[in-house]
Amino acid sequence: MPDPVKFTIDGLALSAPPGTSVIDAAKKAGIEVPSFCYYEGLTLVAACRMCLVEVEKMPKLMTACTLPVAEGMVVRTNTPQVHTARKYMLEFLLTNHPLDCPVCDKGGECELQDMAFRYGAGESRYTETKVHTPEKQFSPVVFFDAPRCILCYRCVRVCDEGMGVKALGVVSRGVVSEIAPNHGDHLECDECGACIDICPVGALTSGTYRYQTRPWEMTHVGTICTHCSDGCKTTLGTRNDRILRGNNRDRSGINGEFLCIKGRYGFDFYDHPDRLQAPLVRKDGKLEEVSWSEALAAVANKFQQVLGEEGSFGIIGSNHTTNEENYYLQKFARQVLGTNNIDHHRTGDVVTTLDALSGKTGKLATVADLYRAKAVLVLGADLALEHPLLSFQIRANYRHHQAHVYVVTANPVREDKYAAAVVRGRDYASLAARLKAEPDLAILFDDSYKGDDIRAVVEFGEQLGIPVKYVPLVDRSNSRGAVDMGLTPELLPGYQPSGQPGLHYDEMAAADLSVLWVVGANPLKAGASRKAGFLVVQDMFLTETAAQADVVLPAACAYEKNGTVTSGTGELQRIERAVNTMGAKADLEIIGYVAREMGAAAKMGPWTPDAVFQEIRGAVRGYNVPMPVLVTGGAAGTTPINGRVAADARPDLVRSDHNGLFASGTLGRYSKILNSVVESRQSR
Amino acid sequence: MLYNPPSPLETKVLSRRFGLPDSAAIGTYLATDGYQAFLKASKMTPAQIIDEIKASNLRGRGGAGFPTGMKWSFVPRTSPKPKYIVVNGDEGEPGTCKDRVLMENDPHSLIEGCLIAGLAVDAHAGYVYIRGEYRYLIEILEKALAEAYAKGWLGKNIQGTGFDFDLYAHTGAGSYECGEESALLESLEGKRGVPRIRPPFPAVSGAFQCPSVLNNVETFCAVPHILLGGGKAFADLGVPKAGGTKLTALSGHINRPGVYELRLGFPVRQLIEEVGGGIPNGKKLKAFIPGGSSCPILTAAECEGATMDYDSMASRKSMLGSGGVIIMDEDTSMVKVGLRLMRFYSHESCGWCIPCREGTTWLTKIMTRFYDGNGSRADIDLLGDIAKNMLGRTFCPLGDAAALPMISLVEKFRDEFEDYLKGKRREETSGRLVTV
Ligand SMILES: Cc1cc2nc3c(=O)[nH]c(=O)nc-3n(C[C@H](O)[C@H](O)[C@H](O)COP(=O)(O)O)c2cc1C
Ligand code: SF4
Ligand code: SF4
Ligand code: SF4
Ligand code: FES
Repeated sequence: MPDPVKFTIDGLALSAPPGTSVIDAAKKAGIEVPSFCYYEGLTLVAACRMCLVEVEKMPKLMTACTLPVAEGMVVRTNTPQVHTARKYMLEFLLTNHPLDCPVCDKGGECELQDMAFRYGAGESRYTETKVHTPEKQFSPVVFFDAPRCILCYRCVRVCDEGMGVKALGVVSRGVVSEIAPNHGDHLECDECGACIDICPVGALTSGTYRYQTRPWEMTHVGTICTHCSDGCKTTLGTRNDRILRGNNRDRSGINGEFLCIKGRYGFDFYDHPDRLQAPLVRKDGKLEEVSWSEALAAVANKFQQVLGEEGSFGIIGSNHTTNEENYYLQKFARQVLGTNNIDHHRTGDVVTTLDALSGKTGKLATVADLYRAKAVLVLGADLALEHPLLSFQIRANYRHHQAHVYVVTANPVREDKYAAAVVRGRDYASLAARLKAEPDLAILFDDSYKGDDIRAVVEFGEQLGIPVKYVPLVDRSNSRGAVDMGLTPELLPGYQPSGQPGLHYDEMAAADLSVLWVVGANPLKAGASRKAGFLVVQDMFLTETAAQADVVLPAACAYEKNGTVTSGTGELQRIERAVNTMGAKADLEIIGYVAREMGAAAKMGPWTPDAVFQEIRGAVRGYNVPMPVLVTGGAAGTTPINGRVAADARPDLVRSDHNGLFASGTLGRYSKILNSVVESRQSR
Repeated sequence: MLYNPPSPLETKVLSRRFGLPDSAAIGTYLATDGYQAFLKASKMTPAQIIDEIKASNLRGRGGAGFPTGMKWSFVPRTSPKPKYIVVNGDEGEPGTCKDRVLMENDPHSLIEGCLIAGLAVDAHAGYVYIRGEYRYLIEILEKALAEAYAKGWLGKNIQGTGFDFDLYAHTGAGSYECGEESALLESLEGKRGVPRIRPPFPAVSGAFQCPSVLNNVETFCAVPHILLGGGKAFADLGVPKAGGTKLTALSGHINRPGVYELRLGFPVRQLIEEVGGGIPNGKKLKAFIPGGSSCPILTAAECEGATMDYDSMASRKSMLGSGGVIIMDEDTSMVKVGLRLMRFYSHESCGWCIPCREGTTWLTKIMTRFYDGNGSRADIDLLGDIAKNMLGRTFCPLGDAAALPMISLVEKFRDEFEDYLKGKRREETSGRLVTV
């Protein structure tokens, strides 16, 4: 580390590493230098001129965002000249601003309002007509109100640099300069809404949130996105038991402020009109709405009867439900129903990966590791489409630290653009010499690598002679947790062998079981007819599977319950209830009630998320995480086993759905916003 | 073609080939010492070339007047990146039309200047960025480039010296801001014409993020003369600290408008009376813009004893600028001048930064209202106040260029603004200088 530079700001003697900007140094010392265009992590544009400060020996005011600190520099941010400059800058900005704060989405959390309040003048001397242009819709998600735009270029930069999409630009010049989309009148992009989120004013607004509420009327609930396995924290803004928006402006969580379209807007499936709000029981061949007590009794009685007759059970769990629910479900299956016929849709070969890494420590890369690794090797996956956060992290790592990114995929991917090397196909071994020269490496692989392929990758990684970490990619918000919690016939929670064979996902769907119990999955999606004598389904919607059930129990979605989930990178996080849907219950509760009806409540223990989590902490290695981290909304890394997995990993059962940006299994099918994006493209 | 007959008071250095038959042709050029300076430079070390330029006291002719030799010496010769020569032929400054005359009548001197700059900084390619409206010049330049390639004065191993150099002509799309060096580079790279954050300056990171020498057309055209005649001789033509001659474009209320090559330090009075033949109809001088509309306007009184050089103009709080002299007679409406200028700057503001984008537009709107007869005394103060609060706070000097004339107008001609409110309006008599 080079010696720190010494300087003063407003009389405070400070020091910082060379190259630190005055604005950052001031911020660190608790001195606010106002800014619009400066944005941590994005390139400098020095366009807003709000950050002007006085620097001794310099004839003009200087922009604190572009000025690096220098030895002996004397900076003043609190002088009449600086105050005047700020006041005028705001007056200039407001000359062509519509000042429609009373109806603007941003009113109340607008940076321009805040700045005008703190640094501006109470009145304007501007009496001329303002430049006006009508509002435009760029896409189903993105709306643009040019008059409100202050041209800070944050949106342009976040789209280009942050997302790697470069869908926004600037057209025209002077006072009619305008932000414009990449396809003339419309935008074709990831629809992630990062531009909307980063906009300091109400110029970019979202199709889902605009004109819905005043920000201060909302309650904010921090939870985890329920779509892919990347585990982004999303803060849901709710009012009157409705979710109105998602964002993560406080930058907490493993994703900072990143979210893709699903995390930011794709929550809307929860109040789709088709949402089930009452239990259904098949009567005379038709599903009819009944009370919860009737439905639970029907399930419990059937289970008791089949147990008595020594009939067969099959249980299919979910990769969306919480760890508590999964743990509790497998416990119920094994201890109450006495079966190992339990499985879930496996989307990545986590088991082989953990087995191949046995005996080694610190081998699983976290989301943060992907931002810090000196080199990253991507095998098979189209990260930008299937793992947007991981793709974002790697891109940020490249932009900020010039990380070397190596891509080995069948088809072109977004990472190609800045990759150090691209190999089409699977010949990662050809990169060995270059990888050996890297200080460290993170390797990500999708489900096109399973079983022996993964062992080969690990063997390859371990002979490079550098520290290597791995990410076995999986699909859904709790795919990883489902394996950790023992939702497979061959493994108990924490990868302990069950010792007894059981039926698998596909086998159960096709077997003549006495009872098939499906919790948050859709095994008959492809149109097969049920084989089981009795089919119980817990779901939010009448899926293809639910439609064939004898009893359908309406389940709460992830935004309607508490618990924990484990991201694809093994980071354990808490989800928190934001809203309620009348009639639906959390899967944990439903399983608990079934246990109670069957008189098995004592055996199963309490069905509150906290109580079950305490049991998990004791039972699953790696889940004994510090509670404060979790409770405060942090993420805790988990390594559920460090030793050989004494069971067949069954790589043949692993298959990813490869859902892209605008698809998300059942949830995606019921999301209006995701569908509207797909439709807008098809109609083009 | 030439637009005006020469004046006997001129010192013909850069313009010495003007008026020769076929002056733009390579034959004419070669017959009059053409490319000899390059041959001479090719036998010198880069340091010797730069020293010669330093000795000439040549200062940039684009407006800022930065010492050229010093600028060249900032280029890191040993950088592993390629280096580029970039010619600023955007000539957008109102009142300026001298680069065009140079490119039209003596394009090979520009090419030779680029070659010598290339030798000095180890550059092997260059771009001539020509203002979009000068489209006809592209043909002339393209022809000159083709001739130079055909005769072996461009391309590989030029005249057996072992030096390779390629030169390309490129047009802008009609933006004043693209004359600002960093916006020019963005535009040259095919991007939107907005300026870059500096530092780094073009010498370190210019075209395509590589070290670049970026100079005005006239600056490059002076280089062959300096190499041939020696730096000292060139320096002696001018004043201390500023050597040589300056092509001065004389326009406005003047009997003999045109482009004249005058020694630096030429007296303003003599420029108006003798070179320009005085103001039509015996009118009196009211205002004087020394070097393009971006310079603060001088009153007739301030012109007393002034000479056309950097120091004399600086001591009057104005600038020598680009050499675009605009003469305004006693009948000129300064309100109209204000409106015309503000319209120009708000139209040309690139829009990148708040104070210039919004400030120039606001000034234009006030000036329009004022001109239409709906002004008030408070507006006069407001105009000055807005301009003063743009000054020094914009991203690039265009904002200053708009603010400075506005400030000088309301401060130096406040009476006229007040009279205007009272209904006393001036109409020009001597031709239409200011059209709105
Ligand atoms: C708004 C603006 C417009 C400019 N236009 C021109 C121009 O048209 N031609 C030019 O040579 N320099 C122009 N300049 C100056 C250039 O930025 C630069 O200083 C010059 O080209 C450097 O060359 P020189 O050192 O030879 O003068 C302009 C500067 C500004 C701020
Ligand atoms: S739309 Fe918003 S983020 Fe984009 S430039 Fe305008 S104000 Fe800035
Ligand atoms: S990247 Fe994945 S976890 Fe993050 S917001 Fe998108 S779908 Fe949700
Ligand atoms: S001062 Fe600002 S808006 Fe004006 S031309 Fe320069 S960068 Fe563009
Ligand atoms: S924050 Fe420095 S210019 Fe905008």
